[in-house]
Amino acid sequence: MSLELTESVQKLVDGLTESYSEKLIEVYNASGHTYIRVEADALLDIVKFAKEEYHFIFLSDIIGVDRYTSEERFEVLYNILNLRTQDRIFLKVRVPEEEPVLESLFSVYRSANWLEREVYDMFGIRFNNHPDPRRVYMPDDFQYFPLRKEFPLLGIPGSIELPNTTPDTE
Amino acid sequence: MGIESALGEGYLTTKIDALTNWARANAAWPMPMGLACCAIEMMAFAGPRYDVSRFGSEVFRFSPRQSDVMIVAGWTTYKMSHAIRRIWDQMPDPKWCIAMGACASTGGMHRCYGVVQGVDNFLPVDAYISGCPPRPDAVIHALMKIQDKIKNEHSVLLDT
Repeated sequence: MSLELTESVQKLVDGLTESYSEKLIEVYNASGHTYIRVEADALLDIVKFAKEEYHFIFLSDIIGVDRYTSEERFEVLYNILNLRTQDRIFLKVRVPEEEPVLESLFSVYRSANWLEREVYDMFGIRFNNHPDPRRVYMPDDFQYFPLRKEFPLLGIPGSIELPNTTPDTE
Repeated sequence: MGIESALGEGYLTTKIDALTNWARANAAWPMPMGLACCAIEMMAFAGPRYDVSRFGSEVFRFSPRQSDVMIVAGWTTYKMSHAIRRIWDQMPDPKWCIAMGACASTGGMHRCYGVVQGVDNFLPVDAYISGCPPRPDAVIHALMKIQDKIKNEHSVLLDT
């Protein structure tokens, strides 16, 4: 596999290989970006490592993916940036359908707060030690996760309440 | 200048219904419910180019207590529908409702779980406007249709 990495990303990959070689699953380029897939249990340590040692100080986005396979159904992407060299990488972890739980990155990046809430809202992936694990878009008592593949496009009839249209009568 | 100087000596007979309907039809103050791109067209409808004050409807009150026509301009989520219904309930009777554009009328291109597929699911709509977004002329047309409707109402005395 030939990889074309920028200098600072190469340094990060080298550093990860040195310290976390058994947690590193794959590194590849696609669409002009670098993707690093790691084991879910080492995610927090790896993110801390990338932030403190390699200046990847900005968590720009968290993306949930429903792969809809029988094993390791969900995937979560963390888009982090090095603000000195303007390099961007995507860290990936996979989580199983039965127990979709990850460690929250809130202790490392404050922006993880809302981003993780959004992933929870849409995919039902829970985050341990999240300070405020509420829904963002859907009503609080909504029971489903709309971006899961089995969720019907038009929703489940009656699952969200419409206003009462006869407020003046009993 | 009072009405006396315009009419001179004499008097005028009419039905009270005709008089109130005439007054209501020509002073239908809109309650703007701007939720998306349609709201920009709705603003143009009140602005100088289309000048809806010709029809007595230029007074956007932003207060439901002083409004007669609610213009729902834009797509309505289930979460927002409760706010819209609350504002509608605060408007005094008689009141009318315009569903402006494809989204407010039918959900439009937002055929998904979060968007109400037409505001007539929770509001009594009097006029639907097609288009995405409709031109301000189309909003004026809807307003004129509502004026026609108001003019044909038995507003004060009921037939017995």
